[in-house]
Amino acid sequence: MDRILDNRNVLGFLFLLPAGALLLLFLTYPLGLGTWLGFTDAKIGRPGVFVGLDNFQFLTQDAVALLSLFNTLFYTIVASILKFVLGLWLAILLNEHLPFKSMIRAIVLLPFIVPTALSAIAFWWIYDTQFSIISWTLVRMGVIDQYVNFLGDPWLARLSTIAANVWRGVPFIAITLLAGLQTISPSLYEAAALDGATGWQRFRHITLPLLTPIIAVVMTFSVLFTFTDFQLIYVLTRGGPLNATHLMATLSFQRAISGGALGEGAALATAMVPFLMAAILFSYFGLQRRKWQQGGSDR
Amino acid sequence: MNANAAAAATDTTGMGYLETTRSRFVTVWLPLSVFLFVLLFPFYWMVITTLKPNEELLSREGNPFWVINPTLAHIKKLLFETAYPDWLWNTMLVSAVSTALSLVCSVLAAYAIERLRFRGARYFGMAIFLAYLVPPSILFIPLATMVYTLGLFDTRLALILTYPTFLIPFCTWLLMGYFKSIPLELEECALIDGASRWQILWRIVLPLAVPGLISAGIFAFTLSWNEFIYALTFVSSSEVKTVPVGVVTELVEGDVYHWGSLMAGALFGALPVALLYSFFVEYYVSGLTGAVKE
Repeated sequence: MDRILDNRNVLGFLFLLPAGALLLLFLTYPLGLGTWLGFTDAKIGRPGVFVGLDNFQFLTQDAVALLSLFNTLFYTIVASILKFVLGLWLAILLNEHLPFKSMIRAIVLLPFIVPTALSAIAFWWIYDTQFSIISWTLVRMGVIDQYVNFLGDPWLARLSTIAANVWRGVPFIAITLLAGLQTISPSLYEAAALDGATGWQRFRHITLPLLTPIIAVVMTFSVLFTFTDFQLIYVLTRGGPLNATHLMATLSFQRAISGGALGEGAALATAMVPFLMAAILFSYFGLQRRKWQQGGSDR
Repeated sequence: MNANAAAAATDTTGMGYLETTRSRFVTVWLPLSVFLFVLLFPFYWMVITTLKPNEELLSREGNPFWVINPTLAHIKKLLFETAYPDWLWNTMLVSAVSTALSLVCSVLAAYAIERLRFRGARYFGMAIFLAYLVPPSILFIPLATMVYTLGLFDTRLALILTYPTFLIPFCTWLLMGYFKSIPLELEECALIDGASRWQILWRIVLPLAVPGLISAGIFAFTLSWNEFIYALTFVSSSEVKTVPVGVVTELVEGDVYHWGSLMAGALFGALPVALLYSFFVEYYVSGLTGAVKE
């Protein structure tokens, strides 16, 4: 008995069993089941039959589904760019020598810690049509003369939800990029400064290249989670006004759970997979480590 | 990378002395204060709204940034007239149990992948990483049908069993990094002295990996506390809801929004994780940054 337990293959299998069983049952199997459901006409309480590509064909002609695809892409691209730029800026600021440095860092991460659904409620109140604090301030300052309908107008709603998403995402990007910034030796900057490099050149030719590998990983995660975002939209707008903020995730929830059309919702969720794969591959191949960053030569 | 880090640590003054106080104010302090203001304002606003009486909330006169007659009425309403205490209890229970379950599974899996080096260990490592990239938004529909078939619909067990799908990949990945940093020689010595693998894991590796365990535990706990889409889909009775879902679905009644108690609900739901985080900031940050490195 002891002999068998000392065999690394047997022991390895036993150690992996709990994690493996849970993941196979509740992750791998549902992943397959979801894809299968997308090819059936399953409804809540009724197992479906195979209908081939019907769901996908229907979705390509469904104006709301196409709009949700547009919204998702717009939301992901705009929010990711903003999060990256602001996050990198904040990381550089936090890398300066500041009093209360560690306390400021701890505070910065707060928006990321707090449950999104709960901070989204705070944003809902901040965006309120009648009592919005932003509108109040702008009116008092004389910038506008009537309250802004943040979540009532299609484009304003899109931008308002993006703002809330950026608010939550910036700290994550800033803190992780800061960890990367801290590994860059100040002597590189000093050498560049002695050679007469300007601040921008130092950023462009030292900071950015040395940070690329960590930027790649961080942005992959950020894009992934922005693309599949659900809670923020569900709380702030439920996809409205006029489906202007429906993301693919919220629409698939509405179709599958609220509407009962499991097959259609699953097809919509499955349709997100190719986009996610593309995002992952793009950042993996586009931004992966270059050899010279590890001390080798590029080609 | 390590050489750079060491250099950065010994040579920390950098070129700060080249800047004047005034330019530092414009390039550092001004943008930083704007960032901090925007990042913290929603929290300030939650607190102020929680304490405001309704007359002040629904008035456009006066200064909305301050509260004149603070009241605890909203908090009282939240705690005594809604199922909020139940939701808090559920969230705590579900988060604690699923975190504990995931930690046990992850420790075993990470040790097996990183140290046992059995056949195919590398592929399992890759599979775990890929599992982390699968978002809940594409799993909730098939999981909902499974939960229903298994008779788990509307139970806390449904959440306890499904949360590990995103906790285990993350914790395993994090712990693999920690286990890698423990010298192999320690284990070899123990093996020669006749210790079993189980004893090595329990007596040598785990005590040395305590910081990693804390990081993974804190992170997993906040992730489950924040979870929304599974809790929204798999549970429907008020008594089993978690805080985020309860606040969003039950405190919003009809067209009249009770902003005071809504904000109180959001605030009290955020406080436990914020407190936990404030005690373990360093662990949390090392978990966060450890997960994106490699």
